[in-house]
Amino acid sequence: MTTLKVRVNGEDKELDVDPEMPLLWALRDVLRLTGTKYGCGQALCGACSVHLDGQVVRACVTPIRRAEGRSVTTIEGLSPDGGHPLQRAWVEMGVPQCGFCQSGQLMCAAALLAKKPQPTDADIDQSLAGNLCRCGTYTRIRAAVKKAAGLPDGK
Amino acid sequence: MSQPVTMTRRSFLEGLNLSVGGLALGLGPTLTEAEARSKVVPTVLKPNVFVHVAADGVVTIVCARSEMGQGVRSSLPVLIADELGADMARVRVLQADGDKAYGDQNTDGSSSVRGVYDDLRRTGATARTMLVTAAANRWKVKAVDCEARDHAVFRRGTGESIGFGELVRDAARLPVPRAEDVRLRPRAELRNVGGDLPLLDGPAYVNGTAVFGADIALEGMLVAVVARPAVVGGRVMRFDATRALAVPGVKHVVEVPAPKAPYLFQSWGGVAVLAENTWAAMRGRAALDITWEDGGNETYDSEAFRETLLASVRAPGEPFRQVGDVDAAFARAARVVEAEYCTPHLPHAPMEPPVALAWVKDGACEVWAPTQHPQAARTEAAQVAGLPESQVTVHVTLLGGGFGRKSKADFVGEAVYLSKQVGAPVRVQWTREDDIRHDYYHTTAAQRLRAALDEQGRPTAWLHRTAFPSIRSTFSTDVKGPVFRDLNQGVLDLALAIPNVRAEACEALAHVRIGWLRSVYNIFHAFSVGSFMDELAHARGMDPRDNLLDVVGPARHMSLAELGVPKLPNYEAPLEKHPVDVGRLRGVIERVTELSRWSERGKDGRALGLAAHRSFLSYVAVVVSMKKDEAGRARVDEAWVVVDAGLVVNADRVRAQMEGSVIFGMSLALYGAITMKDGATQQSNFRDFRLVRMAEAPRRIHVDIVRSEEAPGGVGEPGVPPVAPAIANALFALTGTRARDLPIIRSHRV
Ligand code: FES
Ligand code: FES
Repeated sequence: MTTLKVRVNGEDKELDVDPEMPLLWALRDVLRLTGTKYGCGQALCGACSVHLDGQVVRACVTPIRRAEGRSVTTIEGLSPDGGHPLQRAWVEMGVPQCGFCQSGQLMCAAALLAKKPQPTDADIDQSLAGNLCRCGTYTRIRAAVKKAAGLPDGK
Repeated sequence: MSQPVTMTRRSFLEGLNLSVGGLALGLGPTLTEAEARSKVVPTVLKPNVFVHVAADGVVTIVCARSEMGQGVRSSLPVLIADELGADMARVRVLQADGDKAYGDQNTDGSSSVRGVYDDLRRTGATARTMLVTAAANRWKVKAVDCEARDHAVFRRGTGESIGFGELVRDAARLPVPRAEDVRLRPRAELRNVGGDLPLLDGPAYVNGTAVFGADIALEGMLVAVVARPAVVGGRVMRFDATRALAVPGVKHVVEVPAPKAPYLFQSWGGVAVLAENTWAAMRGRAALDITWEDGGNETYDSEAFRETLLASVRAPGEPFRQVGDVDAAFARAARVVEAEYCTPHLPHAPMEPPVALAWVKDGACEVWAPTQHPQAARTEAAQVAGLPESQVTVHVTLLGGGFGRKSKADFVGEAVYLSKQVGAPVRVQWTREDDIRHDYYHTTAAQRLRAALDEQGRPTAWLHRTAFPSIRSTFSTDVKGPVFRDLNQGVLDLALAIPNVRAEACEALAHVRIGWLRSVYNIFHAFSVGSFMDELAHARGMDPRDNLLDVVGPARHMSLAELGVPKLPNYEAPLEKHPVDVGRLRGVIERVTELSRWSERGKDGRALGLAAHRSFLSYVAVVVSMKKDEAGRARVDEAWVVVDAGLVVNADRVRAQMEGSVIFGMSLALYGAITMKDGATQQSNFRDFRLVRMAEAPRRIHVDIVRSEEAPGGVGEPGVPPVAPAIANALFALTGTRARDLPIIRSHRV
């Protein structure tokens, strides 16, 4: 065990964990931030997506040591009050079905909008290509991203 | 549930306390246990287990069905609230624990709304009757001169009103009225039912506070990951735990006993590694050294079995549906059209893999699990713990998808067993690999369809043979193939206006655990029948839509005699209330072809495919449009769904279910398959078990809900069956080649 310093949702944390432990399990089991989900453990589903210094990473394959001295944002830290334009659009448009994939979808969509406030369909397809939704909410996700971006066909 | 459940105070409070003691489920403020106790009579009104009105006017409604994405928590409580006249802003929803007091809680078979529609309304109406009586007594007027709405009782013709909260003390002293004294509101008075209702858990889903199965942790809890034999029925011969126990954080290694056939909801067996956290448990499992013994099912090869199934449908089976003289009609036929269709095993793969937390302590057992069937979980937990059910509490978390997987209680049993063994709370976490390899798979099937045509090209006979290992094999060892009831799903209730009809069930033995997957046997019955209808149209030189309308025949309710069956299981619903209504089937076909501009197909490269299906007492027709992309792959570009589910409660959730059904149907039509070799599953994760992703999703999915006052039908499943045949038919329109085997990716570039 080593003590690792990581900034999580704006707070400095010290973790006594195996440096190889994936960030996902450090967040979920050690810090009890359970909004980030386990869906595959192999970077195949996107359910565990978080931001590391603003970039999307799959927490299930990111050893916690890679977050040392850096800043992690999870769904719990996406906005102080659930008021991120994407979160608002998601609720208004009734995007979630079971909801399990949605924190990952939102974190990826948020990274996209931060980089490209007016994304095209192709941008959305590409940024969310790694996020599975077994319930099949894709068409609403697309529309909600556009709505949050203030684009016309975000119905 | 035939009667609303009336309860004594004690049993109600038990129900309530179990709930509030467990979970808030991201609902915002929830009663604490102490609060609930302090609100005991006479300060609350609680005529039954489902409704609770507090003196501050807050109405608590219990949702006894599991939320797995179908929106049940945003739908069922509205029925009660509307009958009551409650303001939804002052209603909170509490998730029920597993308890027979709530009637049937099995969240399966698309039954939540259709199964409880009248009963739940009655619970709300009962509470309303008591509040109205209390107000009438206070004003010294007749109850008919009062009406309940907007969370208050109003005195007609005056401006006077009294809030629900203020009436609670008086109402709680009244006797619970008899069923015959409770009047249901006319449909027009139900304010919210049928509208686009907000998603109750929406905020919790998007801010990370929604509580799923793996999100509950108890002090001192261990996380278990289990190494299971590759072949079902296999067992541990010997194992060495030394290296696993050396992994930091690993606390115990425990063998889980192998199940005996029939497998029921028993655990799969294996060796569990219990650790302080999930990562340590996974590493510990990887370090186990186990020698397995296979147990008999290691001969199973799904590709070879496909041939076995085809051989089975090439010989006569047991006739379960018969009209006229099929053999004579074939002997006279001018032409015969025939085709065979094969479909593979499928896993459920809910985004949340199975997970359960159990704590066996001091002669009691408490479970938290994302279960579709909390009462079955309770029974299984009691058996494994060796305790009476009364000592077992099952709290239901949100489900990260279910699709039938989480009706089975095997993963709950594992957690209970391990907790009992080590004396600590244990959360069993299935990895995705565990989920894909050790599922209760959707069954594999072969279908053979044959139609006789006369000189004018009119169909004179229809023969359908179906072979698939039945779900019954999971519950009994002497099952040789489909039974009568299994054919209910899309074979016995298939609308046909053909004078000679026979449907036969052919032998098929099970070699894996078979379970029900969203829409179950309808998947392959609709795929084969829906494809064959299109083949028939082409053979007859007809527009597929006109052919379909011709083959199903004129609008009518089909009698048992016309169907050619002695009875119809009909999803446990009486035929009088839910007939095989060809008018409604025609209605969705006509509407979907109108919306999709079917008559313009072929123009601008629009390749359209159509299919329609009755299942779970609802009627759904689908048209998909396919196009080739730059790389030459055939892609589903747009889809139209028309659903007639009778009366719907929450229109927006119905639309969401249809949208999801299109994606679910696309995944199974285009990509999905589980193959088995030497008795073991060859796939392991989303790398080799492929699902539709964002870029493959259609640009638009149009959903149209038929406005109907008919008795409610199912919604969660009926959207799925027509999707695969609509895709296969569109693919034929696009490429001129037909996919009779799923998934289509095996034969076409998709
Ligand atoms: S859990 Fe990390 S990508 Fe699936
Ligand atoms: S909402 Fe259920 S997996 Fe996406």
